Amino acid sequence: MIRALLWILGAILLGGIVHLSTVLVMPQAATQDAYARLFPLTPVNAMVPLAAPTAENSIMPLMDPAFAAAVCRYDLSAGAIKLNAPLSQAYTSVTFYTRNSVAYYAIDDRAAGRRAIELDLMTPEQHAQVPEGEDVTAADRLIIESPTKTGLIVLRALAPEPGLMAMARRALANAQCRIGPVQ
Amino acid sequence: MRLLFGSCFTLILAAAIGLGATWLTITRGVAFGSLTIGAWTARPKSGSVDIDPYARATIARTGELPLGTGDGVAFFARTDDAGHNFDGRCTFTISGLTPAARYWTLTLYDPEGRLVANTIDRHGFTSAEIVRDIEGRFTIAVAPRARPGNWLPTGGIERYILVWRLYDTPIGVATRTAKEAPMPAIARKACS
Repeated sequence: MIRALLWILGAILLGGIVHLSTVLVMPQAATQDAYARLFPLTPVNAMVPLAAPTAENSIMPLMDPAFAAAVCRYDLSAGAIKLNAPLSQAYTSVTFYTRNSVAYYAIDDRAAGRRAIELDLMTPEQHAQVPEGEDVTAADRLIIESPTKTGLIVLRALAPEPGLMAMARRALANAQCRIGPVQ
Repeated sequence: MRLLFGSCFTLILAAAIGLGATWLTITRGVAFGSLTIGAWTARPKSGSVDIDPYARATIARTGELPLGTGDGVAFFARTDDAGHNFDGRCTFTISGLTPAARYWTLTLYDPEGRLVANTIDRHGFTSAEIVRDIEGRFTIAVAPRARPGNWLPTGGIERYILVWRLYDTPIGVATRTAKEAPMPAIARKACS
């Protein structure tokens, strides 16, 4: 009897280890995460508009249908990324995701405070190589450090009414995401 | 022989317990750091690097991109205030106050996060298009058949979820109580 209980106790402990390790491995093992879904639809280091979600077809689950969205799938191995996103009339935001869909930075139009959101995205190593001095301060550009070499930049513009969707899409069409040196 | 039988039994039971617990937690969700107000639940940390391992696993499985903390916060509801599951064949009303936010959107999805087909091609409302009374209050009827005022069609599906997204809002990781974030009430009306 006691022996059987010991076996069961061992199974519960081992089960706990199995549970914790599968939860931790899941983000690396997932084959249908957001990055994998966007991979065939997006060229690297370029901003492309995403198709609006419909009842029949949605690139990702839980997309907000009131927003126009564009994605830049980035790879920082060739250099830092320059992002320039003009603001739409209503509400615009930029969110940065790691390769595993962790949102590590997000900023909206009001926080950006100008007529366009301008950011430099780089790895911590590339950031360390940026020469410090007056130039950087004068440029007054926001520098974001990416925890991973690859990831996603998602630009969203709100259409407060369905009739304004074309306006939101036009605003996103002018957004740029490209490799460029930091001045 | 006994040892072999015992260890086989242990390993099988361990795999069942471990994988079963993983499946349950990532499909149902675990309430680590979640903020519940009425029928609405948000997980503000899911939009930051402080996201817990369970939410990370869930997001990897579903393929969604969570709303970033600097962008907004998303509240999910699966039941009304009394705990009745949403049923697309019934009428549910949503009314009352919304927390401070520059914009909000309300969207209806099926349990897998897809939009639901309906005759008027409406999947939700934004704060700019909702019809309010003279005191600024609003009522949204989530119902299978057309209603006057703010009608959100269910398409007649059995189960659905509602997502209330607040954009540019002070609601977030530091929010604790319903006083800071008054969320609209949800009530079940007639079922057809």
